[in-house]
Amino acid sequence: MASRAQPLGAIHWTGAVLAALVALAVLGPLGAVMLRASWPPTLGPADWAAIRFTLLQAALSALVSVTLAIPVARALARRDFAGRRVLVTLMGAPFLLPVIVAVLGLLAVFGRAGWANDLLAALGAARVDVYGLQGIVLAHVFLNLPLAVRLILQGWQAVPSERIRLATSLGFSTADMRRQFERPILRAVLPGAALLIFLICTTSFAVALILGGGPSSTTVELAIYQAFRFDFDLGRAALLGLVQVAICLGAGALAFGAIRGHEVGAGLDRPALPWPGDTRVARALDAAAILAATGFLLLPLAAVLLKGLPALTGLPPVVWEAALRSIILALASTALAVALALPIALLVTRLRRPGLVEGLAFLTIAVSPLVIGTGLFLLIRSVTNPIPLALPVTGMVNALVALPFLLRALVPAAMEAEATQGRLAEALGMRGLARLRHAILPRLRRPLGFGAGLAAAFSMGDLGVIALFSTPGQGTLPLEMYRLMGSYRTDDAQGAAVLLMALTLALFWAFDRGGRLDAVTR
Amino acid sequence: MKHTIIAAGLSVVAGAAFAQTPVLTVYTYDSFVSDWGPGPAVEEAFEATCGCDLQFVGAGDGAALLARLRLEGESTEADIVLGLDTNLTAAARETGLFAPHGITPDGLTLPIAWDDAEFLPFDWGYFAFVHDTALANVPGDFEALAASDISIVIQDPRSSTPGLGLLMWVEAAYGDGAGEIWEGLADNIVTVTPGWSEAYGLFLEGEADMVLSYTTSPAYHLIAEEDPSKTAAAFAEGHYMQVEVAGMLAGTDQPELAQAFLSFMLTPEFQEVIPTTNWMYPAALPASALPEGFETLVQPSQALLLSPEDAAARRDEALATWQAALSR
Amino acid sequence: MLSLDKLRFAQDGFTLSLSGRIARGERVALLGASGSGKSTLLSLIAGFERAEAGRILWAGTDITAAPVAARPVSILFQDGNLFPHLTAFDNVALGLRPDLRLSAEDRDRVADSLSQVGLGDHAGKRPAALSGGQQARVALARMLLRDRPLALLDEPFAALDPGLKTEMLALVRELCAARGLTLLMACHDLRDAERLCDRLWLLEDGAKVLDLGLSGLRDDPPEGLRPWM
Repeated sequence: MASRAQPLGAIHWTGAVLAALVALAVLGPLGAVMLRASWPPTLGPADWAAIRFTLLQAALSALVSVTLAIPVARALARRDFAGRRVLVTLMGAPFLLPVIVAVLGLLAVFGRAGWANDLLAALGAARVDVYGLQGIVLAHVFLNLPLAVRLILQGWQAVPSERIRLATSLGFSTADMRRQFERPILRAVLPGAALLIFLICTTSFAVALILGGGPSSTTVELAIYQAFRFDFDLGRAALLGLVQVAICLGAGALAFGAIRGHEVGAGLDRPALPWPGDTRVARALDAAAILAATGFLLLPLAAVLLKGLPALTGLPPVVWEAALRSIILALASTALAVALALPIALLVTRLRRPGLVEGLAFLTIAVSPLVIGTGLFLLIRSVTNPIPLALPVTGMVNALVALPFLLRALVPAAMEAEATQGRLAEALGMRGLARLRHAILPRLRRPLGFGAGLAAAFSMGDLGVIALFSTPGQGTLPLEMYRLMGSYRTDDAQGAAVLLMALTLALFWAFDRGGRLDAVTR
Repeated sequence: MKHTIIAAGLSVVAGAAFAQTPVLTVYTYDSFVSDWGPGPAVEEAFEATCGCDLQFVGAGDGAALLARLRLEGESTEADIVLGLDTNLTAAARETGLFAPHGITPDGLTLPIAWDDAEFLPFDWGYFAFVHDTALANVPGDFEALAASDISIVIQDPRSSTPGLGLLMWVEAAYGDGAGEIWEGLADNIVTVTPGWSEAYGLFLEGEADMVLSYTTSPAYHLIAEEDPSKTAAAFAEGHYMQVEVAGMLAGTDQPELAQAFLSFMLTPEFQEVIPTTNWMYPAALPASALPEGFETLVQPSQALLLSPEDAAARRDEALATWQAALSR
Repeated sequence: MLSLDKLRFAQDGFTLSLSGRIARGERVALLGASGSGKSTLLSLIAGFERAEAGRILWAGTDITAAPVAARPVSILFQDGNLFPHLTAFDNVALGLRPDLRLSAEDRDRVADSLSQVGLGDHAGKRPAALSGGQQARVALARMLLRDRPLALLDEPFAALDPGLKTEMLALVRELCAARGLTLLMACHDLRDAERLCDRLWLLEDGAKVLDLGLSGLRDDPPEGLRPWM
């Protein structure tokens, strides 16, 4: 699809420069931390245990997430029902929530005093202990199942409808559908989905600690905290950051080739109907999958909502100011993320080995925010006082973290657009900005809307590096929420959590919708 | 973002315009500077007398604060660091960044004697397990707690200062026997959280019977929420103290102002802010001056505190013991 | 014989409404502009869409509501006919056994069918390794193997270059004639219709406006067909 015969334009060179800058933004801070370290740093047995545990819990979380996502995606792909689209959007909410909010919501349902356990107790059964490896996996599945569902759903919807009709006409049974449709789709989509979730889970800190139940659940990120805060061993912290880079590159090399060619941002609107080999059993199973996923994902959100709603109106003005600041910050970092992602995505379409550049962007989710934040702090400090720059730096880091998701959405669509419209534009002699505006961008609106929505939601919900730089009067909404929690003001914190959840979803919805509306009018 | 950069630029310009006003930069933990912490009231009170601009910079918690200072080294902008505790002061002193405060503190109301050339206390508290008054069979010491089936949630000493406080509490009370205590507690511990907020949140959600916090925590519920249902369990071994301190940097360009702030820190104007913002005991305020409600709090029979040097020396081994006991 | 009896279907402001008969072994071209209802009519006969009113009869049996796979129909689309992960052989074999559990005899029949379309040497290749014409032949081989009496072709060769298209139409004509298949092909080129079919239905806005034999048509074309000449 990508031919090297086409010359690289200014936009592609911009992309190359930006890709290099992104790599630098991750590896530079790591290097800065390393420069301050005493050499040679060493890893103790506890660090190796943390690495092993991190790999184990991330692999398990990724595996369970994608496995459970299969029946849900299958059901959403072949059934149409009222509220399907709203459900798909709402189901994405856990992924966009600040971790502590998600965890508290999850515990309200599955915790020792949670609804599920109350129900078990009422039925005379023993209460289930959620803390431990099972709790970590439960929470990671809660946070990442929606992402897995969406990725698999894209695979389903990329199938031409003729092929599904053909299968109907050939009399495919449910088993034939599974063999000839589902397996090839899953083979193409699962490695990428699993990789993405695996990498997200490798930097898990609060979830792993709160739900892990104790020090046997120590992750690499916690080991970095220990090295940094407890032992002030910068060398070990940087070395552990390097381990994260190695894990990212290793896992990426294993999985990356397989995720190419599947679009993240499109095709959620139509379920493929009618479905060959449909039976009453299949319908019942689909209904069960959708109901179970809805309950699993939405009940904890409902718990957050129920607890926080009463406090919402009485929130102190500081929280509203922080909310406004967070919205502006989210919009700014979304703009930055899009400005980074677009040229890089266009560059990727011209490369023979696109996985390499995209893989670099994955570093931004795989490497410890603590190490990056600290390194950035050191770098900025060598030039100027970092304290007034807290908000811009936070916005920049948020944009970097959102980059891989934007790229995952944009690259396949950009490749498609280049292959179809690109040739036409070539033939018409369209060049430069005109080519981008009229030939390529219109085809990218939907994935761009979806990716920008994700980026905005990330920036909105993530505590981010602001916690390392904070000064009075600069707090973001997540930071103010943590501050409320830290000042005993639990009710207000729960109210702030609802506000955060609502704003995050609204931002995501607005961008996602915007991309679709434009796509329709074009 | 452009907006923020412009705003940042403007504040630099504004700073230059008022260059005649000396600036005192105080690094402290984040919850101190939050709108619900002591920061705003302290800033207003001090600026009313000092003819200066007091600027707080927040950085995580006490341990993050020390890490930040170590990162910046001698070139730090800080004049004062406020919010380390005695588990951190040995390491802080070792950096050589702090100057003697030169103040003889009068009227300290700590339950222990204070003699530290670099650091002055501004508040303190007792670590304690907080629970609902409805809880039956409240344990009276660690052994009783370990033997009971009462569930607790604690903080990780590697990422939290209260977590480290608990580690030192068991260490101070049991010494070589700490490992056994931790093994006994293992099945009581519901989970270990990264920080105080998460642990306290879980406790309020009903995830555990007790949470590691402070004897002063019930005062918040009593005074701010008029809810008398929370109390702290008195342990016979005595309660480990957290003493929060401040010190001035040797490299400060405002030594007089820094010293003035440290003196101000021990005056009633500062001290009276502490109880209902930080929810700790002020370090230099007689019990009679505490807000109504504080008299209801549990009074430990004995105050435990390892010296900074002891705490630093025993920390790593205590952590290893803790990890080994709880990892089984 | 295929009978369409007052067939009616409406969707999004478009209404298809027509009746007609096609004799066994006859080959009929559906000519019309985009949106005239060609594909919809084929979908109704194949069972992908359900008619609101009217009946579809095959050899006197009402198949209006029959399940798709139970109809006497095999269908060829413009694209999406092949599974990219299966070899040419397996793609053809799907016409016989969707679960691909083939007996020795089945295998012979698949191989035979591939030979008939001239692809005997390409059985092991995946679609990506085949040319556009070869892909069309694989789909055709499967259609022949299914051995259903009614073949529906939805602009199947539109993406092929003119020479290849002509060749394919001739091949289909030859194979259909040899097996006595009844055929209905949607197209928008009168010359394609002439190469393959005996009769022509001209559709406009969901209605059949012309129904006439193709031989000798060019000598005295009716008014409505002029734009298509």
